Amino acid sequence: MDNFFLAIALVLSFLVLICLYRAVFGPTVIDRIISVGVVGTKTLIVLLLMGFIYKRMDMFVDISLLYAILSFIGALIFAKYFVRKGVL
Amino acid sequence: MSILTVVLNIVVIVLISFGVFFFAAGTVGFLRFPDFYSRMHATGKCDTLGVVLSCAGIALYALHDGLSLGNILVSLKIMFIAVFWFLGGPTATHALLNSAFNSGILPWTKDGKAIIEWPPK
Repeated sequence: MDNFFLAIALVLSFLVLICLYRAVFGPTVIDRIISVGVVGTKTLIVLLLMGFIYKRMDMFVDISLLYAILSFIGALIFAKYFVRKGVL
Repeated sequence: MSILTVVLNIVVIVLISFGVFFFAAGTVGFLRFPDFYSRMHATGKCDTLGVVLSCAGIALYALHDGLSLGNILVSLKIMFIAVFWFLGGPTATHALLNSAFNSGILPWTKDGKAIIEWPPK
């Protein structure tokens, strides 16, 4: 099963690379914000899978829990910041 | 490898593969759609479902070596991540969409004419 988790983590990292295309060439600023969110979601799952690969699930669960909450709060802060500054 | 472990492995493999499939679908939608709103539409839904399915599979596999208290707590935390993202994902998407719309980004139309008058009276 460890090889399966490693394969899934590699596939997800490859998907992250594809999402970075939009982050670099995204026409508008807010496309770059979504790509940050999308990359964050995939990294969350890769973190959990790393917990299995390194056999330290109790540590990695806390890391990914924190990562999920911070990524959610980050998206909210992006939303609130851009309305006031009108950067878009 | 008792029969229970084999069944658990199969269920975990199926769940995580569906999760990765929805991630891939979200990525394809994220790249191909012409406009910010349609991209957000794709990623918001597919990523949320991908996270929920993958977290369900991972939470199941966390119980694979016996139902000790530690394993149960770990898989409960993973399920909490899934439920939290199931609620938080769409909320974050809505906040981003709301701010983009209020700051004047108009939805894409095939012939380029705006279908919503801006600023709203």
